[in-house]
Amino acid sequence: MTVAVDVREVSKVFGTGTSAVRAVNHISLTVNEGEFVGLAGPSGSGKTTLLAMLAALLKPTEGEIWIEGHDLGRMSEGQRTRFRKDNIGFTFQANNLVPFLNVQENVELMLRLTNQYNKGNRSRAIEILQRLGLGDRLTAMPSQLSGGQQQRVAIARALIHRPSVVLADEPTAALDTERAFQVVETFADLIHEEGRAGIMVTHDLRMMRFVDRVIHMQDGEIDRILTERDDIDALAYADAMVLVGTSATPKVETVAA
Amino acid sequence: MPLGLSTYLAFKEIWRNRLRFFLVSIFIALIAILVLFTAALAEGLGSGNRQFIEKLDADLVVYQDRANLQIPSSRMDQSTIRSLRRVDGVRAVGPLAFSNAFIIQNGKRPLQVAIIGIVSGQVGEPPILQGRKIQRNNADEAIIDANVARQGGLKVGDTMTLRSVQGTDEKFYDLKIVGLTDGRSYGLAPSVILPSETWDKVRPKGASETGAAEVEYNVAAVQLDNPARQADMAKALASQVANITAVDRVTAYSNTPGYEAQQSTLNTQQFFAFLIGALVIGGFFQIQLMQRIAQIGMLKAIGTGNGAIGVSFLMQIIMITALGVLIGGSGVLLVAQFLPPVVPIVFAPKTLLTAVGALMIIGPLGGLVAVRSALKVEPLTALRLA
Repeated sequence: MTVAVDVREVSKVFGTGTSAVRAVNHISLTVNEGEFVGLAGPSGSGKTTLLAMLAALLKPTEGEIWIEGHDLGRMSEGQRTRFRKDNIGFTFQANNLVPFLNVQENVELMLRLTNQYNKGNRSRAIEILQRLGLGDRLTAMPSQLSGGQQQRVAIARALIHRPSVVLADEPTAALDTERAFQVVETFADLIHEEGRAGIMVTHDLRMMRFVDRVIHMQDGEIDRILTERDDIDALAYADAMVLVGTSATPKVETVAA
Repeated sequence: MPLGLSTYLAFKEIWRNRLRFFLVSIFIALIAILVLFTAALAEGLGSGNRQFIEKLDADLVVYQDRANLQIPSSRMDQSTIRSLRRVDGVRAVGPLAFSNAFIIQNGKRPLQVAIIGIVSGQVGEPPILQGRKIQRNNADEAIIDANVARQGGLKVGDTMTLRSVQGTDEKFYDLKIVGLTDGRSYGLAPSVILPSETWDKVRPKGASETGAAEVEYNVAAVQLDNPARQADMAKALASQVANITAVDRVTAYSNTPGYEAQQSTLNTQQFFAFLIGALVIGGFFQIQLMQRIAQIGMLKAIGTGNGAIGVSFLMQIIMITALGVLIGGSGVLLVAQFLPPVVPIVFAPKTLLTAVGALMIIGPLGGLVAVRSALKVEPLTALRLA
């Protein structure tokens, strides 16, 4: 297995002096090519800050991040932008798509950005979109798509230029359960097939059934790593039960009354 | 590739939101119309005031000393003109006399004209485009300028009737048009050039002025042996000839009544039109930017450089400004075809190009704040961390 992402003793501190906040505290982890990792934890646990550092959007205060043999900490702002463009695929919670480009053009934008806009890659873009069930929506505008369809377009855009690492920030936050499962499952399949290193930040533990490894964060540190399939499925199942239980509680109270 | 990407994004956004961008272009077109009309009006009024003096074949214009460079207040007698001719470095001198009268034509409104008295063969006599020069100083002949020909529908060979008030009576003089010269308006009126004695006969005058022995001119037009020595010669003339002031042609027409006030008023209007244009464009793009911060953050997060985003913004500004100026400019030229000839608008290519150039600059200038704001959007916005 080739290591795609290597995080070494990374910390991120915002502010200085008494107002300093240590959002990420001495974290080390690796992600291999073809591996899909879930980054979980409550709000404020530091998972989005860690994702921002992995995406070369933030510089660590301490430690090193290596992606495909490149030390992100040694790069200038311009180098990091270029590195991001060529090596990182991104999906976000919202505002994923350029509103004035249609589905196909949104995906091809990454090809234009990375100078890979050619006939072969354009065909590949259509193939990926067909694979994601959007073959008949190629000319649709983002405003004509559902939230799930928009996320699938974003997934296609994140993968089209063959980046080393694909990062997803709360990709299911705006989706209903059924669509959320569909989106993450497709995402996981494509990451495995294409041999990319995938990292997904989510607070929805039910989505962890599709990842290979769960890294759970608490107060800026890693407090648990689940690698066994049974443990991961148990975590996802437990989270699903919590949600079902919460929604069922009022019914019980009504009957008792 | 950044330029290609910028062009692609700029074009796509404009095309997919063409109605919104077109409306902004219409705003710019309206501003362009205002600016171009003001420029054409300033040029028209300016040239209407200065044309005759601007085109004089003279290096200096000589006034009576205490006239404060006001032609109607200045008087120049024959002896002063003779003195001017005797000064070393003066090649030729021609006396000029200015007044007003009306051309009377059947079925038409009287056309007010400047009547300008010249001495045939001397400085101040305009070039003839058609017909011939005036041959005698007391001939009942006239040269009309192109403005009289256009506004009055007159041509060489016609006989026109000039009306003026002398004493308390209206007098009518029939003069034959023998020559046509180019546009030579004076005091916002088209001009009729008359031989000096005819001019003196025709001009409006009080009862006491009738029967004067010699023609009393207003100013003298002076040609120099060495035109490059204008300033020195103006001083030399003033020191060697009593009670005169000599100035160059630009100073002379700048001092025609109301010229500076009129030009500065129109220039101020134009300045504010430019300012409004810059604010409209700046405001539109700033609002547009505020609606697109998340999108710009996302574009930066996926690796789009500041250069591509900034250039894309600038291209959009330039494109919609150019479209607006094109629409406005075409509108102005179209409307100008239907304006009556008395409306003093002149589309001088230099003035129009300057106005169009200025409009093309104020667009990007107005949008610079929005471009700067776009460049400052943090890619972390995409992760809601900024």
